[in-house]
Amino acid sequence: MTLIDLANPTKFLALTARVLPWLTGATAILLLVGFYQAAMAPDDYQQGATVKIMFVHVPNAWLSMFVWGVMSIAALGTLVWRHPLADVAAKAAAPIGAAFTFLALVTGSLWGRPMWGTYWEWDARLTSVLILFLMYLGLMALWRAVEDPSRAARAAAVLTLVGAINLPIIKFSVDWWNTLHQPASVMRMGGPSLDRAFLIPLLVMAIGFSLLFVTLHLAAMRNEILRRRVRSLQMMQASQAA
Amino acid sequence: MRLSGRQISCIRGGRGVFAGLDFEASSGDVLAVVGPNGSGKTSLLRLIAGLLVPAAGSVLLDGGEAERTLPEQAHYLGHRDALKPALSVRENLSFWRDFLGGAAGDAEQCLTAVGLGHATHLPAAYLSAGQRRRLSIARLLVVRRPVWLLDEPTSALDTAGHKLFVGIMREHLASGGIIVAATHTPLGIEARELRMGGPA
Amino acid sequence: MTALAALIRRDIKIALRVGGGALIGVLFFLTVTVLMPFAIGPDLAVLTRLGPAILWLGALLASLLTLDRLFTADHEDGSLDLIVMGQTPLELACAAKALAHWLAAGVPLIVATPALGLLLNLDASATSAVALTLLVGTPALTFTGMIGAALAVTLHRGGLLLAVLVLPLSIPVLIFGVAASQAAITGPLSFGTPFSILCALSLVSLVIGPFAAAASLRHGLD
Repeated sequence: MTLIDLANPTKFLALTARVLPWLTGATAILLLVGFYQAAMAPDDYQQGATVKIMFVHVPNAWLSMFVWGVMSIAALGTLVWRHPLADVAAKAAAPIGAAFTFLALVTGSLWGRPMWGTYWEWDARLTSVLILFLMYLGLMALWRAVEDPSRAARAAAVLTLVGAINLPIIKFSVDWWNTLHQPASVMRMGGPSLDRAFLIPLLVMAIGFSLLFVTLHLAAMRNEILRRRVRSLQMMQASQAA
Repeated sequence: MRLSGRQISCIRGGRGVFAGLDFEASSGDVLAVVGPNGSGKTSLLRLIAGLLVPAAGSVLLDGGEAERTLPEQAHYLGHRDALKPALSVRENLSFWRDFLGGAAGDAEQCLTAVGLGHATHLPAAYLSAGQRRRLSIARLLVVRRPVWLLDEPTSALDTAGHKLFVGIMREHLASGGIIVAATHTPLGIEARELRMGGPA
Repeated sequence: MTALAALIRRDIKIALRVGGGALIGVLFFLTVTVLMPFAIGPDLAVLTRLGPAILWLGALLASLLTLDRLFTADHEDGSLDLIVMGQTPLELACAAKALAHWLAAGVPLIVATPALGLLLNLDASATSAVALTLLVGTPALTFTGMIGAALAVTLHRGGLLLAVLVLPLSIPVLIFGVAASQAAITGPLSFGTPFSILCALSLVSLVIGPFAAAASLRHGLD
């Protein structure tokens, strides 16, 4: 099974129909194990039980950036290789990426409440993630603004790639902006070295959430392919004579 | 019922389009407004529809409903279809039925009458130019109004659509309606001509 | 009544479907609010003090910029001609369109306010004060903005010109909206006085807006 075979949406649908149940099962098992291990992990001597938010926060924060990477590759697929499934992959990934980013923000802010005494702090990391979230929403709005998905695809692909180049610049500027105002007063999450008791559950959770993304992404791509089929069937129906 | 215009002048953008125009049409009449581009065919229709104010003269409808103005008793079918691509075919038509009011016609029936019965649930965005025109024509059927003001009604219609539309116009005339149509091509129905001059 | 209900239903449907602008307004509101701290600085105490003003400015810009297409979209596809010709008085039709716009684009702004209040470190009572003033004040923004939207049809252009025309008209709403929110948070003014004036401004605009818009539309058609 090569990438070329996958270019055929029918083959893609058939393959994912076989793979998805297994993926769903693996995701569920890994996340269950991860949550169990996270619950059993010892409290931090400084942060207490709140440290456990990290087990959800870190995988989500990691995925929030990873999904943009996936979309950037898909955008290249749309613009350079004209792979027929590339824009389907890009469109399906955006809401999932936005959801992971949102979860990263919410968990970060829940962690911040006991640590900083406020739900929100214009900390460099949180702020960068918030901007990433805005860019996801903008991308979703772009997909929604154009009715014809193949026309929206190129615009979205260009925006995704521009975002991919800009995100590090934004991250750098936000860091600079933040230190300008707040010289290193904010406590950072995690430490220089993580204890094994934290590291293993964290890794399990990270793999579990990554699998969750793959599962959701494939399912969303299936939906998008089917949605486009419905659309072209409707257009055929409209053009047929009464 | 009699629609008449007396000594109408129309000025648009500081330019006199036409002046001293007289016309008359009674129940069952078709008035075909013909003339070269820029002679004011569309302006005349919009003037009758109350969308433009005449510089001089007036348009009257005798024998209509006393408490309703002429524009409220007229259908205007312009170049633009007044359709929303985001709404379905049925939603588009039922909106105009509810908004233009009057005895509520059956949207499904009217759509079948114009040959769109198979597409009622589809977004209007999927329709071709001819189908959009058919959907606008369905608007004339779903709310009953005696005066029809048609601007190039048959443009974009195919032969079958044209034939269908002629049938619809005949029915309207038989029930005592009046049609004023601006057109370049023969309407396919016996009509009196109102010839507009070149630019004044 | 069915005519007006049909018009409101149609406009809300269009705003919420693909290509509609209802949610883009909220996104704009969110973006403007997030941008402010980058200009002001992340000092939470300062942001708390400026919070109501930032939220009001964001909501003002978001609700006016989405108004742009209120009449021009209907003008371009010919719907406006038919709306003018209908039995429904044009003033009522304008009011219905503005109401639909407020429901589809204004209410989401108010719903989003608590989340944005969190970003600006506003506490629960301050956030609810801002949300309440927005609830009462945004109708005034929509109904005065509608006049500009109607002028955009006459002038055959919208966008920035609309903003230039309408933003000065919204100054009173901004003054009393922010004043009422500030009063609720810090005092020393009582909340009631500016809030009542804000309500009065909204009620006045409910009357003036539709008439001015209808008058401008009647002369703008050609």
